Amino acid sequence: MSAIKLGVPSKGRLMEKTFDWFAERGIRLRRTGSEREYAGAVDGVEKVELVLLSAGEIPRELAAGRIHLGVTGSDLVRDKLADWPTLVEELAPMGFGHADLIIAVPACWADVDTLEDLDAAAHAFRAAHGHRLRIATKYHRLVREFLTREGIADWQLVDSQGATEGTVKNLTAEAIADITSSGETLRANHLKILSDGLIHSSQATLFASRMADWAGLEAPRAALIAQLGV
Amino acid sequence: MASKPRSSEIGERLLGAFLRAGAAEVTPDILQPAETLLDLYGEDIRARAYVTSDPLRGEMMLRPDFTVPVVEAHMAGGAEPARYCYMGEVFRRQDHRGAARANEYLQAGYEVFDREDPEAADAEVFALFARLLAHLRLTSTIGDIGILRAAVEGIDTIAPRKAALARHIWRPRRFHGLLQRYAGITPVPGGRAALLSAGAPEGAPWIGLRSPEEMAARIAVLRADAAAAPIPTEVVAQLDALFALSCPAEEAPARLSALGIAALPPAIARLERRLAAMAARGIDTSALRFEASHGRTTMEYYDGFVFTFTAADPALPPVASGGRYDALTRFLGQGREIPAVGGVIRPGLVADLEAQA
Repeated sequence: MSAIKLGVPSKGRLMEKTFDWFAERGIRLRRTGSEREYAGAVDGVEKVELVLLSAGEIPRELAAGRIHLGVTGSDLVRDKLADWPTLVEELAPMGFGHADLIIAVPACWADVDTLEDLDAAAHAFRAAHGHRLRIATKYHRLVREFLTREGIADWQLVDSQGATEGTVKNLTAEAIADITSSGETLRANHLKILSDGLIHSSQATLFASRMADWAGLEAPRAALIAQLGV
Repeated sequence: MASKPRSSEIGERLLGAFLRAGAAEVTPDILQPAETLLDLYGEDIRARAYVTSDPLRGEMMLRPDFTVPVVEAHMAGGAEPARYCYMGEVFRRQDHRGAARANEYLQAGYEVFDREDPEAADAEVFALFARLLAHLRLTSTIGDIGILRAAVEGIDTIAPRKAALARHIWRPRRFHGLLQRYAGITPVPGGRAALLSAGAPEGAPWIGLRSPEEMAARIAVLRADAAAAPIPTEVVAQLDALFALSCPAEEAPARLSALGIAALPPAIARLERRLAAMAARGIDTSALRFEASHGRTTMEYYDGFVFTFTAADPALPPVASGGRYDALTRFLGQGREIPAVGGVIRPGLVADLEAQA
Protein backbone atom coordinates (compact mmCIF):
# COMPACT_ATOMS: atom_id res chain seq x y z
CA MET A 1 0.00 0.00 0.00
CA SER A 2 1.47 3.33 -1.02
CA ALA A 3 1.53 6.26 1.37
CA ILE A 4 2.57 9.92 1.42
CA LYS A 5 6.16 10.09 2.57
CA LEU A 6 6.74 13.06 4.87
CA GLY A 7 10.40 14.02 5.34
CA VAL A 8 11.19 15.66 8.69
CA PRO A 9 14.55 16.74 10.20
CA SER A 10 15.86 13.82 12.19
CA LYS A 11 17.14 15.59 15.29
CA GLY A 12 17.35 18.67 17.43
CA ARG A 13 15.13 21.70 17.85
CA LEU A 14 14.01 21.64 14.23
CA MET A 15 12.59 18.13 14.73
CA GLU A 16 10.91 19.03 18.04
CA LYS A 17 9.37 22.23 16.63
CA THR A 18 8.14 20.31 13.58
CA PHE A 19 6.54 17.68 15.81
CA ASP A 20 4.89 20.50 17.83
CA TRP A 21 3.61 22.23 14.68
CA PHE A 22 1.93 19.03 13.45
CA ALA A 23 0.63 18.23 16.96
CA GLU A 24 -1.09 21.63 17.14
CA ARG A 25 -2.96 20.53 14.01
CA GLY A 26 -4.01 17.18 15.42
CA ILE A 27 -1.30 15.05 13.82
CA ARG A 28 1.08 13.23 16.09
CA LEU A 29 4.53 12.52 14.70
CA ARG A 30 6.79 10.41 16.85
CA ARG A 31 9.99 8.51 16.72
CA THR A 32 9.75 4.80 17.30
CA GLY A 33 12.17 2.12 18.40
CA SER A 34 15.29 2.96 20.34
CA GLU A 35 16.46 6.53 20.88
CA ARG A 36 19.16 6.10 18.22
CA GLU A 37 16.95 4.49 15.58
CA TYR A 38 15.72 6.79 12.78
CA ALA A 39 12.21 5.37 12.53
CA GLY A 40 8.94 7.16 13.03
CA ALA A 41 5.17 6.90 13.02
CA VAL A 42 2.24 9.19 12.25
CA ASP A 43 -1.05 9.19 14.16
CA GLY A 44 -4.17 11.19 13.41
CA VAL A 45 -4.19 11.02 9.62
CA GLU A 46 -4.36 8.18 7.11
CA LYS A 47 -1.68 7.05 4.70
CA VAL A 48 1.14 9.29 5.81
CA GLU A 49 4.53 7.79 6.57
CA LEU A 50 7.29 9.57 8.48
CA VAL A 51 10.82 9.66 7.02
CA LEU A 52 13.52 11.11 9.29
CA LEU A 53 16.29 12.82 7.33
CA SER A 54 19.04 15.38 7.73
CA ALA A 55 17.46 18.82 7.10
CA GLY A 56 20.13 19.54 4.49
CA GLU A 57 19.15 16.48 2.45
CA ILE A 58 15.41 17.18 2.39
CA PRO A 59 15.59 19.60 -0.62
CA ARG A 60 17.41 16.98 -2.69
CA GLU A 61 14.96 14.21 -1.70
CA LEU A 62 11.99 16.43 -2.61
CA ALA A 63 13.57 17.30 -5.97
CA ALA A 64 14.19 13.62 -6.69
CA GLY A 65 10.59 12.79 -5.76
CA ARG A 66 11.69 10.21 -3.17
CA ILE A 67 9.57 11.99 -0.55
CA HIS A 68 6.20 13.69 -1.19
CA LEU A 69 6.34 16.30 1.55
CA GLY A 70 9.26 17.72 3.46
CA VAL A 71 10.08 20.22 6.19
CA THR A 72 13.23 22.25 5.68
CA GLY A 73 14.52 25.82 5.64
CA SER A 74 13.28 28.00 2.77
CA ASP A 75 16.91 29.12 2.30
CA LEU A 76 18.10 25.55 1.67
CA VAL A 77 15.48 24.93 -1.02
CA ARG A 78 16.35 28.18 -2.80
CA ASP A 79 20.07 27.60 -2.61
CA LYS A 80 20.32 23.89 -3.35
CA LEU A 81 17.68 23.55 -6.08
CA ALA A 82 18.09 25.24 -9.47
CA ASP A 83 14.72 26.55 -10.67
CA TRP A 84 13.16 25.43 -7.36
CA PRO A 85 9.57 26.53 -8.12
CA THR A 86 9.41 23.91 -10.88
CA LEU A 87 10.47 21.17 -8.44
CA VAL A 88 8.65 21.94 -5.20
CA GLU A 89 5.61 23.85 -4.02
CA GLU A 90 5.72 25.94 -0.86
CA LEU A 91 2.72 24.75 1.19
CA ALA A 92 3.14 26.60 4.48
CA PRO A 93 5.69 28.71 6.31
CA MET A 94 5.79 27.17 9.80
CA GLY A 95 6.76 30.14 11.94
CA PHE A 96 9.98 28.81 13.47
CA GLY A 97 13.59 28.26 12.50
CA HIS A 98 13.89 31.93 11.55
CA ALA A 99 17.25 33.00 10.16
CA ASP A 100 18.32 35.73 7.78
CA LEU A 101 20.86 35.28 5.03
CA ILE A 102 22.77 38.57 5.06
CA ILE A 103 25.92 40.23 3.75
CA ALA A 104 28.32 41.43 6.44
CA VAL A 105 31.54 43.44 6.21
CA PRO A 106 34.15 44.41 8.81
CA ALA A 107 32.62 46.78 11.39
CA CYS A 108 35.71 48.98 10.96
CA TRP A 109 34.68 49.84 7.38
CA ALA A 110 32.99 53.13 8.32
CA ASP A 111 32.53 54.01 4.64
CA VAL A 112 30.55 50.88 3.77
CA ASP A 113 26.93 50.68 4.90
CA THR A 114 25.00 49.81 1.72
CA LEU A 115 25.38 47.64 -1.39
CA GLU A 116 26.25 50.79 -3.32
CA ASP A 117 29.17 51.32 -0.92
CA LEU A 118 30.20 47.67 -1.20
CA ASP A 119 30.26 47.95 -5.01
CA ALA A 120 32.44 51.07 -4.92
CA ALA A 121 34.77 49.54 -2.32
CA ALA A 122 35.03 46.33 -4.38
CA HIS A 123 36.05 48.30 -7.45
CA ALA A 124 38.82 50.18 -5.60
CA PHE A 125 39.86 46.96 -3.82
CA ARG A 126 40.32 45.11 -7.10
CA ALA A 127 42.45 47.93 -8.50
CA ALA A 128 44.60 47.98 -5.33
CA HIS A 129 44.97 44.24 -4.73
CA GLY A 130 44.73 42.72 -8.21
CA HIS A 131 41.85 40.41 -7.37
CA ARG A 132 38.16 40.77 -6.81
CA LEU A 133 36.70 41.41 -3.37
CA ARG A 134 36.11 37.95 -1.87
CA ILE A 135 32.84 37.05 -0.19
CA ALA A 136 32.89 33.84 1.86
CA THR A 137 29.69 31.81 1.90
CA LYS A 138 28.16 28.40 1.53
CA TYR A 139 25.01 29.83 -0.10
CA HIS A 140 26.50 30.21 -3.57
CA ARG A 141 23.36 30.34 -5.68
CA LEU A 142 21.38 32.73 -3.45
CA VAL A 143 24.30 35.13 -3.01
CA ARG A 144 25.29 35.10 -6.66
CA GLU A 145 21.73 35.70 -7.85
CA PHE A 146 21.25 38.50 -5.32
CA LEU A 147 24.46 40.38 -6.17
CA THR A 148 23.87 39.96 -9.91
CA ARG A 149 20.29 41.24 -9.59
CA GLU A 150 21.53 44.22 -7.58
CA GLY A 151 24.16 45.04 -10.22
CA ILE A 152 27.22 44.70 -7.99
CA ALA A 153 30.58 44.13 -9.73
CA ASP A 154 34.15 43.15 -8.88
CA TRP A 155 33.35 40.46 -6.30
CA GLN A 156 33.94 36.74 -6.19
CA LEU A 157 32.65 33.98 -3.97
CA VAL A 158 34.93 31.80 -1.89
CA ASP A 159 33.47 28.64 -0.45
CA SER A 160 33.17 28.46 3.33
CA GLN A 161 31.31 25.54 4.86
CA GLY A 162 31.74 26.65 8.47
CA ALA A 163 33.23 29.29 10.80
CA THR A 164 32.51 31.74 7.99
CA GLU A 165 32.60 34.72 10.37
CA GLY A 166 36.30 34.05 10.93
CA THR A 167 37.34 34.27 7.28
CA VAL A 168 37.80 38.05 7.23
CA LYS A 169 40.16 38.07 10.19
CA ASN A 170 42.00 35.12 8.65
CA LEU A 171 42.43 37.09 5.41
CA THR A 172 40.70 34.50 3.24
CA ALA A 173 37.77 36.84 2.47
CA GLU A 174 36.89 40.54 2.71
CA ALA A 175 33.18 40.06 3.43
CA ILE A 176 30.80 37.22 4.22
CA ALA A 177 27.28 36.10 3.35
CA ASP A 178 25.85 33.87 6.05
CA ILE A 179 22.82 32.98 8.12
CA THR A 180 22.28 34.92 11.32
CA SER A 181 19.47 35.01 13.83
CA SER A 182 20.65 37.23 16.68
CA GLY A 183 23.79 38.75 15.14
CA GLU A 184 25.87 37.76 18.21
CA THR A 185 28.49 35.80 16.28
CA LEU A 186 28.86 38.59 13.75
CA ARG A 187 29.47 41.18 16.47
CA ALA A 188 31.92 38.90 18.26
CA ASN A 189 33.88 38.66 15.00
CA HIS A 190 33.85 42.44 14.43
CA LEU A 191 31.46 42.29 11.48
CA LYS A 192 28.38 44.39 10.67
CA ILE A 193 25.39 43.74 8.41
CA LEU A 194 24.88 45.97 5.36
CA SER A 195 21.70 47.99 5.82
CA ASP A 196 20.29 46.71 2.50
CA GLY A 197 22.15 43.39 2.60
CA LEU A 198 19.25 41.07 3.46
CA ILE A 199 19.29 38.31 0.83
CA HIS A 200 16.58 36.04 2.19
CA SER A 201 14.51 35.72 5.37
CA SER A 202 14.40 32.02 5.97
CA GLN A 203 12.09 29.91 8.12
CA ALA A 204 11.12 26.26 8.40
CA THR A 205 8.63 25.56 5.62
CA LEU A 206 6.46 22.63 4.56
CA PHE A 207 7.15 21.83 0.90
CA ALA A 208 5.38 19.44 -1.49
CA SER A 209 7.37 17.74 -4.22
CA ARG A 210 6.21 18.28 -7.81
CA MET A 211 8.42 15.38 -8.88
CA ALA A 212 7.01 12.66 -6.60
CA ASP A 213 4.45 10.14 -7.80
CA TRP A 214 1.16 11.32 -6.30
CA ALA A 215 -0.96 8.81 -8.26
CA GLY A 216 -3.53 7.25 -5.94
CA LEU A 217 -2.57 9.66 -3.14
CA GLU A 218 -4.85 12.55 -4.10
CA ALA A 219 -7.42 11.76 -1.39
CA PRO A 220 -4.90 11.34 1.46
CA ARG A 221 -3.19 14.55 0.30
CA ALA A 222 -6.48 16.47 0.34
CA ALA A 223 -7.31 15.06 3.79
CA LEU A 224 -3.88 15.98 5.16
CA ILE A 225 -4.02 19.50 3.73
CA ALA A 226 -7.50 20.01 5.17
CA GLN A 227 -6.34 18.76 8.58
CA LEU A 228 -3.31 21.06 8.52
CA GLY A 229 -5.39 24.01 7.31
CA VAL A 230 -2.72 25.10 4.81
CA MET B 1 15.36 20.25 -32.13
CA ALA B 2 17.49 19.59 -35.20
CA SER B 3 19.62 16.46 -35.28
CA LYS B 4 23.33 16.79 -34.62
CA PRO B 5 24.37 15.71 -38.14
CA ARG B 6 21.99 18.31 -39.65
CA SER B 7 23.33 21.05 -37.33
CA SER B 8 26.93 20.09 -38.16
CA GLU B 9 26.14 20.15 -41.87
CA ILE B 10 24.81 23.71 -41.57
CA GLY B 11 27.78 24.65 -39.38
CA GLU B 12 30.14 23.38 -42.10
CA ARG B 13 28.20 25.36 -44.71
CA LEU B 14 28.57 28.55 -42.64
CA LEU B 15 32.24 27.84 -41.99
CA GLY B 16 32.76 27.40 -45.73
CA ALA B 17 31.19 30.80 -46.36
CA PHE B 18 33.46 32.38 -43.72
CA LEU B 19 36.52 30.78 -45.33
CA ARG B 20 35.46 32.11 -48.74
CA ALA B 21 35.09 35.56 -47.14
CA GLY B 22 38.82 35.38 -46.41
CA ALA B 23 38.96 34.09 -42.83
CA ALA B 24 41.50 31.57 -41.53
CA GLU B 25 40.03 28.73 -39.48
CA VAL B 26 41.07 28.42 -35.84
CA THR B 27 40.30 25.45 -33.58
CA PRO B 28 40.67 26.44 -29.91
CA ASP B 29 40.71 23.71 -27.25
CA ILE B 30 37.46 22.77 -25.57
CA LEU B 31 39.18 22.85 -22.17
CA GLN B 32 40.11 26.45 -21.42
CA PRO B 33 41.99 27.76 -18.34
CA ALA B 34 39.34 29.05 -15.94
CA GLU B 35 41.46 31.86 -14.56
CA THR B 36 41.33 34.14 -17.62
CA LEU B 37 37.58 33.71 -18.00
CA LEU B 38 36.94 34.25 -14.29
CA ASP B 39 39.14 37.32 -14.23
CA LEU B 40 37.25 38.71 -17.21
CA TYR B 41 33.67 37.86 -16.34
CA GLY B 42 33.68 37.21 -12.60
CA GLU B 43 31.08 35.06 -10.97
CA ASP B 44 28.70 35.41 -13.94
CA ILE B 45 30.80 32.95 -15.88
CA ARG B 46 31.04 30.52 -12.96
CA ALA B 47 27.25 30.34 -12.97
CA ARG B 48 27.15 29.78 -16.72
CA ALA B 49 30.17 27.64 -17.54
CA TYR B 50 31.11 24.12 -16.53
CA VAL B 51 34.10 24.26 -14.26
CA THR B 52 36.31 21.22 -13.89
CA SER B 53 39.81 20.66 -12.65
CA ASP B 54 42.97 19.09 -13.89
CA PRO B 55 45.67 17.86 -11.48
CA LEU B 56 48.40 19.70 -13.42
CA ARG B 57 46.63 22.60 -15.15
CA GLY B 58 44.33 23.55 -12.28
CA GLU B 59 40.81 24.86 -12.71
CA MET B 60 39.53 24.52 -16.28
CA MET B 61 36.30 25.42 -18.05
CA LEU B 62 34.49 23.77 -20.90
CA ARG B 63 34.68 26.47 -23.60
CA PRO B 64 31.71 28.82 -22.97
CA ASP B 65 32.55 30.87 -26.08
CA PHE B 66 35.22 31.19 -28.75
CA THR B 67 35.91 34.90 -28.56
CA VAL B 68 38.39 34.79 -25.66
CA PRO B 69 40.64 32.01 -27.06
CA VAL B 70 40.51 33.59 -30.55
CA VAL B 71 41.57 36.98 -29.16
CA GLU B 72 44.30 35.36 -27.06
CA ALA B 73 45.65 33.49 -30.08
CA HIS B 74 45.65 36.66 -32.16
CA MET B 75 47.29 38.79 -29.46
CA ALA B 76 49.98 36.14 -29.03
CA GLY B 77 51.28 36.75 -32.51
CA GLY B 78 48.70 37.06 -35.26
CA ALA B 79 49.51 39.20 -38.32
CA GLU B 80 47.37 42.25 -39.08
CA PRO B 81 44.79 42.68 -40.37
CA ALA B 82 43.34 39.26 -39.62
CA ARG B 83 40.07 37.42 -40.17
CA TYR B 84 39.32 34.24 -38.24
CA CYS B 85 36.51 31.73 -38.34
CA TYR B 86 35.62 28.68 -36.27
CA MET B 87 32.89 26.13 -35.74
CA GLY B 88 32.36 23.90 -32.75
CA GLU B 89 30.54 23.24 -29.50
CA VAL B 90 30.16 25.69 -26.65
CA PHE B 91 28.90 24.60 -23.25
CA ARG B 92 26.57 26.54 -20.95
CA ARG B 93 25.17 25.62 -17.58
CA GLN B 94 21.47 26.39 -17.37
CA ASP B 95 19.81 27.30 -14.09
CA HIS B 96 16.34 27.18 -15.53
CA ARG B 97 14.48 24.56 -17.51
CA GLY B 98 13.22 25.14 -21.04
CA ALA B 99 13.61 23.74 -24.54
CA ALA B 100 15.49 26.83 -25.71
CA ARG B 101 18.11 26.52 -22.97
CA ALA B 102 20.63 24.16 -24.47
CA ASN B 103 23.61 22.94 -22.43
CA GLU B 104 25.78 22.38 -25.47
CA TYR B 105 25.36 23.69 -28.97
CA LEU B 106 27.34 24.62 -32.05
CA GLN B 107 28.59 28.08 -32.83
CA ALA B 108 29.98 29.18 -36.17
CA GLY B 109 31.82 32.48 -35.88
CA TYR B 110 33.67 35.11 -37.85
CA GLU B 111 35.99 37.71 -36.28
CA VAL B 112 37.79 40.66 -37.89
CA PHE B 113 40.87 42.34 -36.36
CA ASP B 114 41.50 45.48 -38.38
CA ARG B 115 42.59 48.95 -37.25
CA GLU B 116 42.12 50.71 -40.61
CA ASP B 117 38.38 51.31 -40.79
CA PRO B 118 36.33 49.98 -37.86
CA GLU B 119 32.96 51.00 -39.31
CA ALA B 120 33.72 49.18 -42.56
CA ALA B 121 34.66 46.07 -40.54
CA ASP B 122 31.38 46.35 -38.57
CA ALA B 123 29.46 46.50 -41.85
CA GLU B 124 31.45 43.61 -43.33
CA VAL B 125 30.54 41.26 -40.45
CA PHE B 126 26.90 42.34 -40.35
CA ALA B 127 26.40 42.12 -44.12
CA LEU B 128 28.03 38.68 -44.27
CA PHE B 129 25.69 37.39 -41.54
CA ALA B 130 22.67 39.07 -43.18
CA ARG B 131 23.46 37.37 -46.48
CA LEU B 132 23.92 33.93 -44.89
CA LEU B 133 20.67 34.25 -42.91
CA ALA B 134 18.57 36.08 -45.53
CA HIS B 135 16.42 33.01 -46.34
CA LEU B 136 15.19 32.82 -42.72
CA ARG B 137 13.67 36.34 -42.77
CA LEU B 138 14.89 37.16 -39.25
CA THR B 139 14.50 40.45 -37.41
CA SER B 140 17.80 42.25 -37.12
CA THR B 141 18.50 44.81 -34.43
CA ILE B 142 21.59 46.95 -33.97
CA GLY B 143 22.86 49.13 -31.17
CA ASP B 144 26.02 50.97 -30.24
CA ILE B 145 27.49 50.84 -26.74
CA GLY B 146 30.00 53.47 -27.96
CA ILE B 147 27.18 56.04 -28.11
CA LEU B 148 26.22 55.29 -24.50
CA ARG B 149 29.86 55.55 -23.41
CA ALA B 150 30.24 58.87 -25.22
CA ALA B 151 27.10 60.22 -23.54
CA VAL B 152 28.40 59.24 -20.09
CA GLU B 153 31.86 60.65 -20.80
CA GLY B 154 30.26 63.93 -21.88
CA ILE B 155 28.29 64.54 -18.67
CA ASP B 156 29.42 67.78 -17.05
CA THR B 157 30.34 66.37 -13.64
CA ILE B 158 33.34 65.10 -11.68
CA ALA B 159 35.43 62.27 -13.16
CA PRO B 160 34.76 59.63 -10.43
CA ARG B 161 31.01 59.87 -11.10
CA LYS B 162 31.55 59.37 -14.83
CA ALA B 163 33.87 56.43 -14.17
CA ALA B 164 31.29 54.81 -11.87
CA LEU B 165 28.52 55.26 -14.46
CA ALA B 166 30.72 53.99 -17.32
CA ARG B 167 31.60 50.91 -15.27
CA HIS B 168 27.91 50.07 -14.85
CA ILE B 169 26.61 50.65 -18.39
CA TRP B 170 26.13 46.85 -18.56
CA ARG B 171 24.23 46.76 -15.25
CA PRO B 172 21.22 49.02 -15.93
CA ARG B 173 19.77 48.78 -12.42
CA ARG B 174 22.93 50.02 -10.71
CA PHE B 175 23.61 52.55 -13.49
CA HIS B 176 20.23 54.25 -13.14
CA GLY B 177 20.41 54.06 -9.34
CA LEU B 178 23.74 55.90 -9.38
CA LEU B 179 22.47 58.45 -11.89
CA GLN B 180 19.51 59.24 -9.62
CA ARG B 181 21.88 59.58 -6.67
CA TYR B 182 24.26 61.92 -8.52
CA ALA B 183 21.30 64.03 -9.61
CA GLY B 184 20.15 64.36 -6.01
CA ILE B 185 16.86 62.62 -6.89
CA THR B 186 17.51 59.83 -4.36
CA PRO B 187 18.81 61.16 -1.06
CA VAL B 188 22.21 60.26 0.35
CA PRO B 189 21.86 57.38 2.87
CA GLY B 190 21.77 58.56 6.48
CA GLY B 191 24.92 56.73 7.49
CA ARG B 192 26.96 58.52 4.85
CA ALA B 193 25.89 61.98 5.95
CA ALA B 194 26.95 61.15 9.52
CA LEU B 195 30.27 59.74 8.32
CA LEU B 196 31.08 62.86 6.31
CA SER B 197 30.19 65.26 9.10
CA ALA B 198 31.74 63.36 12.01
CA GLY B 199 34.44 61.21 10.36
CA ALA B 200 35.03 57.53 10.93
CA PRO B 201 34.05 56.43 14.46
CA GLU B 202 36.65 54.77 16.64
CA GLY B 203 35.96 51.46 18.29
CA ALA B 204 35.89 48.46 16.00
CA PRO B 205 39.31 46.82 15.66
CA TRP B 206 40.75 46.80 12.14
CA ILE B 207 40.43 43.40 10.48
CA GLY B 208 40.84 42.13 6.95
CA LEU B 209 42.98 42.82 3.91
CA ARG B 210 41.41 46.16 2.97
CA SER B 211 43.55 48.82 4.63
CA PRO B 212 42.64 51.97 6.60
CA GLU B 213 44.28 53.96 3.76
CA GLU B 214 41.83 52.45 1.27
CA MET B 215 38.95 53.52 3.51
CA ALA B 216 40.42 57.01 3.83
CA ALA B 217 40.73 57.25 0.06
CA ARG B 218 37.09 56.30 -0.39
CA ILE B 219 35.96 58.79 2.25
CA ALA B 220 37.86 61.47 0.32
CA VAL B 221 35.99 60.42 -2.84
CA LEU B 222 32.69 60.63 -0.95
CA ARG B 223 33.56 64.11 0.34
CA ALA B 224 34.39 65.30 -3.18
CA ASP B 225 31.13 63.79 -4.37
CA ALA B 226 29.14 65.53 -1.63
CA ALA B 227 30.77 68.85 -2.59
CA ALA B 228 30.06 68.47 -6.32
CA ALA B 229 26.98 69.99 -7.91
CA PRO B 230 24.19 67.54 -8.68
CA ILE B 231 23.86 66.39 -12.29
CA PRO B 232 20.99 68.56 -13.62
CA THR B 233 17.67 66.74 -13.98
CA GLU B 234 17.53 67.85 -17.66
CA VAL B 235 20.71 65.82 -18.25
CA VAL B 236 19.15 62.80 -16.52
CA ALA B 237 16.10 63.19 -18.76
CA GLN B 238 18.33 63.37 -21.86
CA LEU B 239 20.15 60.20 -20.82
CA ASP B 240 16.87 58.41 -20.02
CA ALA B 241 15.58 59.39 -23.49
CA LEU B 242 18.81 58.13 -25.06
CA PHE B 243 18.69 54.76 -23.31
CA ALA B 244 15.02 54.34 -24.30
CA LEU B 245 15.55 55.24 -27.98
CA SER B 246 14.24 52.60 -30.39
CA CYS B 247 13.63 53.43 -34.05
CA PRO B 248 14.36 52.32 -37.61
CA ALA B 249 18.14 52.42 -38.05
CA GLU B 250 18.06 54.93 -40.89
CA GLU B 251 16.33 57.45 -38.58
CA ALA B 252 18.72 56.84 -35.67
CA PRO B 253 21.33 59.56 -36.43
CA ALA B 254 18.68 62.29 -36.66
CA ARG B 255 16.83 61.02 -33.58
CA LEU B 256 20.09 60.89 -31.59
CA SER B 257 21.05 64.41 -32.71
CA ALA B 258 17.62 65.67 -31.66
CA LEU B 259 18.32 64.63 -28.06
CA GLY B 260 20.66 67.61 -27.85
CA ILE B 261 23.47 65.79 -26.01
CA ALA B 262 26.57 67.89 -26.72
CA ALA B 263 29.09 65.02 -26.58
CA LEU B 264 27.34 62.77 -29.07
CA PRO B 265 28.17 64.16 -32.56
CA PRO B 266 31.45 62.20 -33.04
CA ALA B 267 29.74 58.95 -32.02
CA ILE B 268 26.75 59.77 -34.25
CA ALA B 269 29.16 60.39 -37.14
CA ARG B 270 30.60 56.89 -36.61
CA LEU B 271 27.07 55.44 -36.64
CA GLU B 272 26.37 57.30 -39.91
CA ARG B 273 29.57 55.95 -41.49
CA ARG B 274 28.62 52.45 -40.37
CA LEU B 275 25.09 52.74 -41.77
CA ALA B 276 26.48 54.07 -45.07
CA ALA B 277 28.94 51.16 -45.22
CA MET B 278 26.08 48.74 -44.53
CA ALA B 279 23.91 50.33 -47.25
CA ALA B 280 26.85 50.10 -49.67
CA ARG B 281 26.87 46.36 -48.96
CA GLY B 282 23.21 46.08 -49.85
CA ILE B 283 21.63 46.29 -46.36
CA ASP B 284 18.24 48.01 -46.24
CA THR B 285 18.73 50.20 -43.15
CA SER B 286 15.06 51.21 -43.12
CA ALA B 287 14.15 47.59 -42.32
CA LEU B 288 16.71 47.42 -39.51
CA ARG B 289 15.89 48.33 -35.88
CA PHE B 290 18.17 50.55 -33.84
CA GLU B 291 17.89 50.20 -30.06
CA ALA B 292 20.20 52.38 -28.00
CA SER B 293 20.21 49.92 -25.06
CA HIS B 294 20.77 46.85 -27.25
CA GLY B 295 23.51 44.67 -25.77
CA ARG B 296 23.48 46.32 -22.35
CA THR B 297 22.43 43.22 -20.47
CA THR B 298 24.54 40.69 -22.35
CA MET B 299 28.28 40.10 -22.14
CA GLU B 300 30.16 43.06 -20.79
CA TYR B 301 32.91 42.90 -23.41
CA TYR B 302 30.91 44.52 -26.23
CA ASP B 303 31.81 48.20 -26.17
CA GLY B 304 30.76 49.51 -29.60
CA PHE B 305 28.55 48.23 -32.41
CA VAL B 306 26.26 45.33 -31.37
CA PHE B 307 23.76 43.30 -33.38
CA THR B 308 21.39 40.35 -33.16
CA PHE B 309 19.32 38.35 -35.62
CA THR B 310 16.21 36.92 -33.96
CA ALA B 311 13.40 34.61 -35.06
CA ALA B 312 9.72 35.44 -34.60
CA ASP B 313 9.35 33.04 -31.64
CA PRO B 314 10.25 35.14 -28.57
CA ALA B 315 11.16 32.01 -26.58
CA LEU B 316 14.14 31.35 -28.88
CA PRO B 317 17.53 32.87 -28.17
CA PRO B 318 19.06 34.99 -30.97
CA VAL B 319 20.02 32.95 -34.04
CA ALA B 320 23.08 35.16 -34.43
CA SER B 321 24.70 37.89 -32.38
CA GLY B 322 27.89 39.85 -32.24
CA GLY B 323 29.60 43.14 -31.82
CA ARG B 324 32.74 45.14 -31.32
CA TYR B 325 35.04 44.35 -28.39
CA ASP B 326 38.05 46.66 -28.59
CA ALA B 327 38.47 46.76 -24.79
CA LEU B 328 38.67 42.96 -24.59
CA THR B 329 41.73 42.96 -26.86
CA ARG B 330 43.28 45.56 -24.53
CA PHE B 331 42.49 43.40 -21.49
CA LEU B 332 43.92 40.22 -23.02
CA GLY B 333 46.69 41.93 -24.98
CA GLN B 334 48.92 42.84 -22.02
CA GLY B 335 49.72 46.30 -23.26
CA ARG B 336 48.69 45.85 -26.86
CA GLU B 337 45.29 46.30 -28.41
CA ILE B 338 43.52 46.13 -31.73
CA PRO B 339 40.00 47.08 -32.80
CA ALA B 340 38.01 43.86 -33.22
CA VAL B 341 34.49 42.92 -34.28
CA GLY B 342 32.82 39.59 -34.81
CA GLY B 343 29.85 37.41 -34.20
CA VAL B 344 28.44 33.91 -34.03
CA ILE B 345 25.61 32.02 -35.70
CA ARG B 346 23.96 29.01 -34.04
CA PRO B 347 23.71 26.30 -36.71
CA GLY B 348 21.25 24.29 -34.59
CA LEU B 349 18.74 27.15 -34.60
CA VAL B 350 19.27 27.69 -38.35
CA ALA B 351 18.50 23.98 -38.85
CA ASP B 352 15.30 24.26 -36.77
CA LEU B 353 14.09 27.27 -38.72
CA GLU B 354 14.95 25.71 -42.08
CA ALA B 355 12.98 22.61 -41.08
CA GLN B 356 9.93 24.75 -40.28
CA ALA B 357 10.07 26.70 -43.54
